[in-house]
Amino acid sequence: MSASVEQLSCQELVELVTDYLEGALPQAERASFEHHIEGCAGCHEYVRQMRETIELTGSLTPADLSPQAEAALLAAFQEWKAL
Amino acid sequence: MIAALRARDERVFAELMRMYNASLLRVALIYVATRAVAEDVVQETWIGVLNGIDRFEGRSSLKTWIFRILTNIAKTRGQREGRTVPFSALERPDAVPEAAVDADRFLPADHERWPGHWASKPAPWPEERLLAAETRAVVERAIEQLPPAQRAVISLRDIEGWSSEETRNALGISETNQRVLLHRARSKVRQALEDYLVEAQ
Repeated sequence: MSASVEQLSCQELVELVTDYLEGALPQAERASFEHHIEGCAGCHEYVRQMRETIELTGSLTPADLSPQAEAALLAAFQEWKAL
Repeated sequence: MIAALRARDERVFAELMRMYNASLLRVALIYVATRAVAEDVVQETWIGVLNGIDRFEGRSSLKTWIFRILTNIAKTRGQREGRTVPFSALERPDAVPEAAVDADRFLPADHERWPGHWASKPAPWPEERLLAAETRAVVERAIEQLPPAQRAVISLRDIEGWSSEETRNALGISETNQRVLLHRARSKVRQALEDYLVEAQ
């Protein structure tokens, strides 16, 4: 971010949340990020909601191949095995 | 696993399919338009895996290798369908800027005291509704509506629980682009949750 770290605004902070959670922020920015959320109720809540979002997404069940496609593949496996 | 597959162990093959089919489908859908074609691509991928396993040298992980086969097949299929989509989406996600939160939620840049600070702060979410099945359906719908590249990244990272390295290897994208796509996807899902959970207040 081009803005100086001391003056990280809320609007800038919300764009850094993923970098922060991924551990991709340089030390100085990380410190400034943490300093900001300690003193800002809105951003504190925002970061919490991002964590909750990730957790909720993690509770979804993965989609799957149709049973027909899976059966076709197991049949293909049998053919391959017989080669 | 590689040895077992080479030994034609059907149980291992079935297990591999169970492990990866969902992710393979999502990645295929970056390149092709319909679920039916994506299923075809996944099927072709497994045939490719079986045909290639004896020659697989183990220079990458089995997972990465499988996804590379998928990506090649899916790209070819997508081109044949006349879809030239994803290069910009995958390789230059920054080309089109997207804000995580609407600008009108913040005070204007020329505000005398608090430029860029919340004008309307996010309200806390009711804990008990977070666990409801409907809330999960909201997340599912939000993910379905994402552009395919964002959808693939959030699915691999947050549904399947892959690491960023596994995800970027499977998709053949840079670390930074992986993070941009993840950021946009998560931000939109959060917004959808906020719209749903806070609407009544």
